[in-house]
Amino acid sequence: MAAREDHASGPELLTERVVGFTRMLREQGFPVGVREALDALRIARRCDVTDQRRLRWGLRALLCTGRREWQVFDTLFDTYWWTGARTAVQRAGGGGAGRRQAGEGGSPRGGARDVDRPGPGDDRSVPGAGARQGASAASVHERADFNRLADPGQLREMEHLVEHLARRMRRRIARRARITREGRRVHVGRTVRNSLRYGGIPLELAFRKRRRELPRLVFVLDVSRSMSLYSYLFLRFARGIVSVFRDADAFVFHTRLVRVTEALREADVARVRDKLAVLSLGWSGGTRIGECLKRFNRDYAPRVLNRRTVVVIVSDGLDTGPPAVLEDQLRRMRRRVRRMVWLNPLLGREGYEPLAGGMQAALGVVDVFAPAHSLESLAALEPYLVHW
Amino acid sequence: MTDLGQFQARLDEAGYVAERSLASTLVLVAEMQRPLLLEGEAGVGKTEIAKALSRVFGCALIRLQCYEGLDVNSAVYEWNYQHQLLTIRLQETEQLPVQEKERHIFSDAFLLKRPLLQAITQPESPVLLVDEIDRTDEEFEAYLLELLSDFQISIPELGTVKATTVPYVILTSNGTRELSDALRRRCLYHYVDYPDFDKELRIVHKHLPQISRQLGAQVVRFVQGLRELELRKRPGIAETLDWAAALFHLKLARLDQDPERVLDSLTCLLKTKEDRDALTREQVERLAARAL
Repeated sequence: MAAREDHASGPELLTERVVGFTRMLREQGFPVGVREALDALRIARRCDVTDQRRLRWGLRALLCTGRREWQVFDTLFDTYWWTGARTAVQRAGGGGAGRRQAGEGGSPRGGARDVDRPGPGDDRSVPGAGARQGASAASVHERADFNRLADPGQLREMEHLVEHLARRMRRRIARRARITREGRRVHVGRTVRNSLRYGGIPLELAFRKRRRELPRLVFVLDVSRSMSLYSYLFLRFARGIVSVFRDADAFVFHTRLVRVTEALREADVARVRDKLAVLSLGWSGGTRIGECLKRFNRDYAPRVLNRRTVVVIVSDGLDTGPPAVLEDQLRRMRRRVRRMVWLNPLLGREGYEPLAGGMQAALGVVDVFAPAHSLESLAALEPYLVHW
Repeated sequence: MTDLGQFQARLDEAGYVAERSLASTLVLVAEMQRPLLLEGEAGVGKTEIAKALSRVFGCALIRLQCYEGLDVNSAVYEWNYQHQLLTIRLQETEQLPVQEKERHIFSDAFLLKRPLLQAITQPESPVLLVDEIDRTDEEFEAYLLELLSDFQISIPELGTVKATTVPYVILTSNGTRELSDALRRRCLYHYVDYPDFDKELRIVHKHLPQISRQLGAQVVRFVQGLRELELRKRPGIAETLDWAAALFHLKLARLDQDPERVLDSLTCLLKTKEDRDALTREQVERLAARAL
């Protein structure tokens, strides 16, 4: 019980130990600043030092800020407080971070490659590389066609960026809403009318209903084989949207239509992948966009769509069903929503013309027809989602 | 420092079965005067924690239920406009200076205190429950953050209202939206998980003492099995209690006694049509058999 011995040898040692622990947590990505470290000390001093559990619970409540941290805290606590000599602990704490990350990365080969790679401007694979680096990486990859990403590392990075983009969009949209907000406004006509009852005194004020600034977003993603290069990336984008917009839904279709909102809200990316894999088991045959939208209109539309909804359909429009069905269903859907956006990843390719029957049918109905083959084109979507 | 065991026992008396770690966190809330953010799935008893805490401290519970579009008028304060207007009419004949009249109608008597203002103007520290904070927008979250660090509210017509006491603040979130880092860092944090078998059994017997040990254990084991399935809405503790009560009123002593009625009573546990359809009869029977 090294911890107890350390405590016994004086308050300075306790301070040092606690500060060391907060530093280790910071290395692990916990948002621990000086203030948290001071609070941690206060807690440690209050605790009866022989009661290790209270120290654990106290620090856990203080230093965790979310579920992810909550889940790893106990392991980190044990590693730090229950190893023999302090120097050994510090080495295990500091170096352990890297080792654990590499272990999670999968094969030892993957780990070795990370070591081989570091060069100027190529440190993105370093564990703990944060959002800031993500942003600079974005400029490198902004224009790259998703289609050209062959190497799995690049693909993983792009997935991360796409999700990040969705979150950033949400923040910007919210900021705009805050600036334009004007508080409650009196509806003069209605107020005067109400006042008649009280002999002309405007006792009962009538207010204009505040416009809801944020749109409701509904994603409908094509996950058929012709889209397979893109579909996982769009799922990540949808995941970013669904996790930050309170009011969003996501569906995927191929031969059938499935609602994936809940699956996407899963915190762990690996579990999202598993869930989606289960959902799509046994799907084969041609894409039937029209049929799937029909099912959407019948089963989900009344609950899912409303007048402030923006529907985003992501598909290449390669439909094996008759175009007339697709057009009819799109029109039905169009009637319920504020705006309809069709994203076609193929549109970004040189020489592509939207000639496929389904695509032609859709062109007459949708409000926005846009490419979606790169980060840049996804980012360009933002105004369509906000202004109307 | 408060004795943990004792505190836990008092929570128990107040009707809440808490683990020691949660009790320890609640003690910290009181001692450090920091807000506590509770996260966890719907139905794990987050709101109950605040209620139990107010019973333990013997203080008032002030609840602010958050929703989208929650504004200052319903969260902090509002002027009693009608009352003010009538007073102006009554004072029309009186020969008071205008400033005097104005001071009168913008005084405490015309102020309608909403939960947040109430919470900081009590004679004794209340428990302030900000329920489902994730449903409001960022704007309100920022406002709340300011309040939680300064404990004062400024009302343009009246001046700044300083807190007479610092409330025990409990925030709950179902995770439908990411909360800001600033708010998270300001708060202590506790993740409330579904209870384990022993804890849930104790909860069942605490709320439904008339139920037999045997049925209680079967019910809890069944529900715990059910939670492991992929459901749209997993049953919470309230659902377990509802179901146990339903089975008791159906006069069932064991789950395998009358499969038909057990099947019918599952409406207490599964609250969406999708889940009802997804769960086959065989699955239910298997779960019931495992729970025996």
